[in-house]
Amino acid sequence: MAQAIVPAPAAGRQRAAGAVVTDLVRFSPAFTVGAVLLLITLAFTLLSVLSPYDPTDRHVVPADLAPSLAHPLGTTSLGQDLFWIMTFAVRNSLIVAGLAVVIGRSIAVVLGSFLGYTGGTVDRALSSVTDSFIVIPRLPLLILIAAILKGTLSLPALALLIGLLDWAWPSKRYRAQVLTLREETFTQTAAFSGMRPLTVILREHVPFLVPFILADAITGFLYAIGMEITLSILGLTDLAVPTLGTTIYWANYYQALLSGKLWWLIAPVAASILMVVGFYQLSTSLSQYLDPRTRARALARRAAT
Amino acid sequence: MRLLVSYVFPRLLQWAVVIVVGVTVAFAVPRLSPTQPVDQMLGRMSGMTATDPAAVASLRSAIIAMYGLQGTPLEQYGRFWQHLLRGDLGPSLTAFPTPVTEMIWQALPWTIGLLGISTILSWLLGLALGTLSAYRPHALWSRLLANGMVTIYPIPYFILALVLVLVFAYYVPLFPLVGGASGPPGLSLDYLGSIVWHAFLPALSLVLVLTAFRFLVARALASGVLSSDAVTFAETAGIPRRRIVSRYVMRNSMLPQITDLGLQIGAMFEGALITEVAFSYPGIGYRLFTAILQSDYNLILGVTLFSVVGIATAALLIDFAYPLFDPRVRYQ
Repeated sequence: MAQAIVPAPAAGRQRAAGAVVTDLVRFSPAFTVGAVLLLITLAFTLLSVLSPYDPTDRHVVPADLAPSLAHPLGTTSLGQDLFWIMTFAVRNSLIVAGLAVVIGRSIAVVLGSFLGYTGGTVDRALSSVTDSFIVIPRLPLLILIAAILKGTLSLPALALLIGLLDWAWPSKRYRAQVLTLREETFTQTAAFSGMRPLTVILREHVPFLVPFILADAITGFLYAIGMEITLSILGLTDLAVPTLGTTIYWANYYQALLSGKLWWLIAPVAASILMVVGFYQLSTSLSQYLDPRTRARALARRAAT
Repeated sequence: MRLLVSYVFPRLLQWAVVIVVGVTVAFAVPRLSPTQPVDQMLGRMSGMTATDPAAVASLRSAIIAMYGLQGTPLEQYGRFWQHLLRGDLGPSLTAFPTPVTEMIWQALPWTIGLLGISTILSWLLGLALGTLSAYRPHALWSRLLANGMVTIYPIPYFILALVLVLVFAYYVPLFPLVGGASGPPGLSLDYLGSIVWHAFLPALSLVLVLTAFRFLVARALASGVLSSDAVTFAETAGIPRRRIVSRYVMRNSMLPQITDLGLQIGAMFEGALITEVAFSYPGIGYRLFTAILQSDYNLILGVTLFSVVGIATAALLIDFAYPLFDPRVRYQ
């Protein structure tokens, strides 16, 4: 069983990847749940290409219809088919969150490794600034900026804004990781045997950082999804573009709750929950698997039972 | 004395840095934005009346003076601090001339109450449940609890609040969905009861999310402590399990959780703001929401500055409480 879980390095990359997925499905229910939810989300997103309506067109179908065979998720007061609107909404929210994660984590990785490898006064001064950004509540700042840019905040700009405010905590953690790795014996062994610093980082340190980055990226993803939803519900983003948040905004605007058009709220709420739970399950199971220490522990437990 | 130098002083310094950084960002951001808030405001105000060039010009300089936009950026920055240190955040634009600080003070008790109670409750619940669950990782209740928490944790605040609204508005209409209290304010039992009644759903949604996070961290920390020599020794020595969990495991895994609380308090405050909007709860978050709706830029800036100072101070107080729980820092 141990052989199946840790494929031999000699095995073909294709086969190894296949074996990893088989193992994960066999041993980690969280992975299966996450992967299924994620596949559904992605398939749903791809459907947006087939949409018969443009996402910004209104009054293309009769308004306020409850879910039926013709309109699986019902229609909105704006005369839009909620099913097709949701395909765009999920896609756009994913794009915003993905971009925000890339922007925020890039800053964090660069800054964190720089501070971790440099040390000294520069490190201390910049670290205390980083610590400040961790404590400062970011939502009022986000709202302040979004309120000033009201109406001009496109999707990429929104992603940039969220990303620019989400680097402090991950940067602190990368720095801590790098500091630990720098002190490890194998780093010194590698350095003394003539490996160049960059090679040491890429060959010896990155494998340790990968599960860490994966877990961290999902944290950033969850934050970005939450902030997109929050800012949109507050009416601070481009409300003409369907996202999870703007869909809820319009549902609130037409008082979907009070007038009994529940489906209009349930669709984006359910989609958000399925999406974040899926991503989170997938990421925890993957980072557990990628970390050799937890994988060894899990193996030992399997062997014992 | 050494505690003062090695523990209190660096934290006071960090507190000052947090405030300076936060205030500077709040100062710089509106000035770096590509749009012109002054022109926007001018457009809104002069759009209502007949446009007389002289009147528009004087209105313009009045707005510029009110925002402190005259002079070089450095002068502006200096004035910004002067006003702030005097506790003067300017008047609200919509409830003119009520000072922004007064509007924030009115809303503050609601937010502190909501955030305070949910923080304490979720911290204790998360710590206790997480530790117990780590101690019995294979029991059915432990696995159910862990699965539940893993599911709740990633859900955004607003979405969870909406789920509660949907459920409690239609299926179990037990709790009020909006407002903070009903009836005439006073120390009557009815009024106090209505406060608790109204706070129930907002607090529940906050407690759920915060407990989930605390639970996951506590569970991970406790399983680390459980495999430590101290616990193995205690078990071998035949110390009762309940005592091991409360005296050894919980106490040890509690310490990083206190530090973490200081770092997370800003994020938790954000959650409280969002929850207040979702339930129309009359705290700072709801004030912020109405300020956005009415484009009351001064009030938004005021809330931002106030939150920076307030959260930095809250984090400082939590840090100062730490030596009370960790004797190692005390006897350093």
